[in-house]
Amino acid sequence: MITVTNVKKNFGKLAALDNVSINCNSAECIALIGPNGSGKTTLIKSMLGMVVPDSGTILFNQKDIAHDWKYRKHIGYMPQIGRYPENMTIGQVFDMMKSIRKDESIQLDEELYVEFGLDKLSDKRMQTLSGGTRQKVSACLAFLFNPDVLILDEPTAGLDPVASEILKEKINREKEKGKLILITSHILSELDDLVTHIIFMQDGKLKFHKPIDALRSETGEIKLSKAIASIMLKTTP
Amino acid sequence: MLVYTLFLLITSLSVFNLEDNSAKGLLSLLNLILFIVPLVSIIFSTIYIYNSSEFIELLVSQPLQRKNIWLSLFFGLSGSMVLAFFIGAGIPILIYEPSPTGLMMLAIGCIITIIFVAIAFLTTVNTRDKAKGIGTAILLWLYFALLFDGLVLFILFQFSDYPLEKVVVIISALNPIDLGRILILLRLDVSALMGYTGAVFKDFFGTNVGLIVAFTTLLLWCVIPLGLSVIKFKKKDL
Repeated sequence: MITVTNVKKNFGKLAALDNVSINCNSAECIALIGPNGSGKTTLIKSMLGMVVPDSGTILFNQKDIAHDWKYRKHIGYMPQIGRYPENMTIGQVFDMMKSIRKDESIQLDEELYVEFGLDKLSDKRMQTLSGGTRQKVSACLAFLFNPDVLILDEPTAGLDPVASEILKEKINREKEKGKLILITSHILSELDDLVTHIIFMQDGKLKFHKPIDALRSETGEIKLSKAIASIMLKTTP
Repeated sequence: MLVYTLFLLITSLSVFNLEDNSAKGLLSLLNLILFIVPLVSIIFSTIYIYNSSEFIELLVSQPLQRKNIWLSLFFGLSGSMVLAFFIGAGIPILIYEPSPTGLMMLAIGCIITIIFVAIAFLTTVNTRDKAKGIGTAILLWLYFALLFDGLVLFILFQFSDYPLEKVVVIISALNPIDLGRILILLRLDVSALMGYTGAVFKDFFGTNVGLIVAFTTLLLWCVIPLGLSVIKFKKKDL
């Protein structure tokens, strides 16, 4: 569904993305991991058109995303730190998003809205919300329009354990529906049961892109965090 | 925004009340407006855009054209600023001096508001850092409101031996505040007080051709900064 080919992006002298090429297909749940500053968020933002690569192409369903914006209605994005107009209420933010994406044919997916209890908070202003509640709003908005692709940047960071579980179950349900899900996270233990593939980045370069079973058999470890740790130990000189 | 409207309202009302001749009141008001309106427009818009930058990021990740996002922000912001000006300064003007001159002043105030909002948009899209951006906005205001005129006077003084009439006319087109001021002053009878330069200006700007040229230039002052900012916004990394 998403094909990244030889993408390079420099911010000044820093090579945020260094000749990255990956291929993501539907019904995959991909964990995008790597040390801080490895280029994960830059890669995601390039896919969303928020960052324009210096060279290389990104195709969404075989169409080049450069100068295109309509493809984004098939993507649900949950940013790491969601920021919204301070004096809008939760209900107003949702209404605004719905009117931006006014497509009557889409069945709205309000499962998370109800499960997180946001329907009871719909009159609270965004500035009064805690960071975790704001994350819940971001999560709901990402899933709301039933997109084929979900890009979640640190989805469980800031969520309490109950909300974390609710979100993970939701991700699982969407995975069963055959959607492409891309998750960045540092909390590898949370991703253990969810992901089907791993993309590991370091210093802007793609280090590997493997199915999780291959990773497990190569390293002999079952737990994701241990498998990744042994790979990182092998690659660091 | 409400405070701005109230401030304009109170200032305009008091100016008109202090002068027995409402035309003189218009003159004092002119200078006040030409000073305050650009300042408030540029600073308020700059701060607003910086405060909304994360929300703008969110909108960019939605299926929306960047041009539409940027332009709707512009029209919303300039719309409310023009409304504030219209109510704050417009109501007193319409009560005390609803002459063509008064209406011209209202129109010029609105246009200047829009121009400086556009300049604010251009500044913020090019400057990532909030403090630098606000500083640039203040400096730009200082340049247009004060420094420019000082520079022009200096040049005129240095080259006072040369015939500079046409040059001065063209130079004044480089500053929208000056253009606005000239257009109003010519309608009031004080233009005679400006002496030789007054005569030159009246010769050009007083005519219909000059008027059209002046308004076109003001329009260009709106459109060009806005256009440049849209082009930059389309390519910007967020």
